Amino acid sequence: MSKILEVRELNAWFGATKAVKGIDLSFEGNTVTAIIGPSGCGKSTFIRCLNRLHEEVPDASAEGHVLLNGDDIYGKDIDPVAIRRKIGMVFQKPNPFPSLSVFDNVAIGLRLAGLRRGAMLKEIVEKSLHLSALWDEVKDKLNAPGTSLSGGQQQRLCIARALAVEPSVLLMDEPTSALDPISTAKIEELVTELKKTVTIVIVTHNMQQAARISDSTAFFLLGDMVEYGETSKIFTAPKDARTERYITGRFG
Amino acid sequence: MGLAVLLLAIAFFLYRAAAPALHKLGWSFVYSSVWDPVQDIFGALPVVYGTVVSSFIAIIIATPLSIGVALFLTEIAPRRVGRVVGFLIEMLAAIPSVVYGLWGIFVLAPWLRTTVEPGLKTALGFLPFFQGPAYGVGMMAAGIILAIMITPTISSISREIFSAIPQPQREAALGLGATRWEMMRLAVLRSSKRGIAGAVILGLGRALGETMAVTMVIGNRHEISASFFAPSTTMASIIANEYSEATSDIHIAALVEVGLLLFAVTFIINSLARLFVSRSGNR
Repeated sequence: MSKILEVRELNAWFGATKAVKGIDLSFEGNTVTAIIGPSGCGKSTFIRCLNRLHEEVPDASAEGHVLLNGDDIYGKDIDPVAIRRKIGMVFQKPNPFPSLSVFDNVAIGLRLAGLRRGAMLKEIVEKSLHLSALWDEVKDKLNAPGTSLSGGQQQRLCIARALAVEPSVLLMDEPTSALDPISTAKIEELVTELKKTVTIVIVTHNMQQAARISDSTAFFLLGDMVEYGETSKIFTAPKDARTERYITGRFG
Repeated sequence: MGLAVLLLAIAFFLYRAAAPALHKLGWSFVYSSVWDPVQDIFGALPVVYGTVVSSFIAIIIATPLSIGVALFLTEIAPRRVGRVVGFLIEMLAAIPSVVYGLWGIFVLAPWLRTTVEPGLKTALGFLPFFQGPAYGVGMMAAGIILAIMITPTISSISREIFSAIPQPQREAALGLGATRWEMMRLAVLRSSKRGIAGAVILGLGRALGETMAVTMVIGNRHEISASFFAPSTTMASIIANEYSEATSDIHIAALVEVGLLLFAVTFIINSLARLFVSRSGNR
């Protein structure tokens, strides 16, 4: 399998505090990688570096190399705006734009990218809503505000919004932490389905979730990556004592 | 409750004191342009026109300026710079309006007369607003002074509204490949439309009632002229100028009726503002 995203020596700071310490990690195409670890271990900061969103926080900075299909997104002449179209993101809390309809929420990324043709826009929006398993639930209320949907639907709307611009990687930052168990199950099912089209990196607090949906897992602690491997191995035979302690629930 | 009674009491007092003029002049008070206290002829149209147009000029200038300031302070400037600049702008609201008036007479009006108005005449002289002699003192000076005076109001309310927008909204936009400016339009401005409208209407309410600074720079001529260079007058300034000299009962009553008109206009506009702002808060 090919490596679609390669992280080399990635460091990130909030002011003078180092939150991510020299991470090396690669992601295979069409897989799901889970990042687990206790709160404050730098896992969210880490994936926010992968689409250069971390640096938008005041005083935050990042340094290192992240190769997307071989090209460094931290290279000199790289525009972060273009990177964020290729590497999509879904956030902790569903955040559809309250002033936009369901349809426009999905279409907005394409409009930002300059697509104006109505027929094509419609087609891609419909396709994205199908991909995020939301179409049947919203096909009759495409003009309703995005925020009128339920929490779980809103999160799938955000997934559709990210998918509409056809990113090659989808970053998910604890996407189910604000959702009920049924909505969570739907999103998990969706993730497994989506990996056919996109590579997924998911940060999660929920170890069962990581075990259920991911192919490989990375365990972070205090900004370091302690262990990385196939999910089945990490959860059954971890090499590091700290990983074992974490996944058996003895701290974190 | 007590304040509501006070409000009604003020309205009632204005009505009672204006009654002689209301009865004698009838509706001609609102549509007539002649204001001649010697002959007891009172037409308020020019003062209503002056108030509305000077406030309108102020809004046209202050709205984009204030939104720009608020965006700069919340979205662009580093936090420390934002705090200092924000403080300075809010201090503009603390300057007494008579000081604005002095500045208007000694700095703004001469500058308008020698530089701005001739320039506008050359560039946009085909429009009726920018024709005629450049006086300096006049409608345009009043509009600009008002714009400066209401910018702190509009920008600080807009700033509150912008900083109440959750950070994830901004990140959603950035995460989709929006540039900084697109992010501001999509995540910040779009969802603040009603709130900004409310802020602008509050600013308008202030502009309509402002007296001292306007009186000092507007020229106080009871005449309707299409040109912004020409002197004009407003409801508030005619009351301030004439009340102490009014001798006949009908003259005093007419001035009070102007006050009643001003009271009604600002009351309606402020109520609208509150309606807008509370609705935008619910979204």
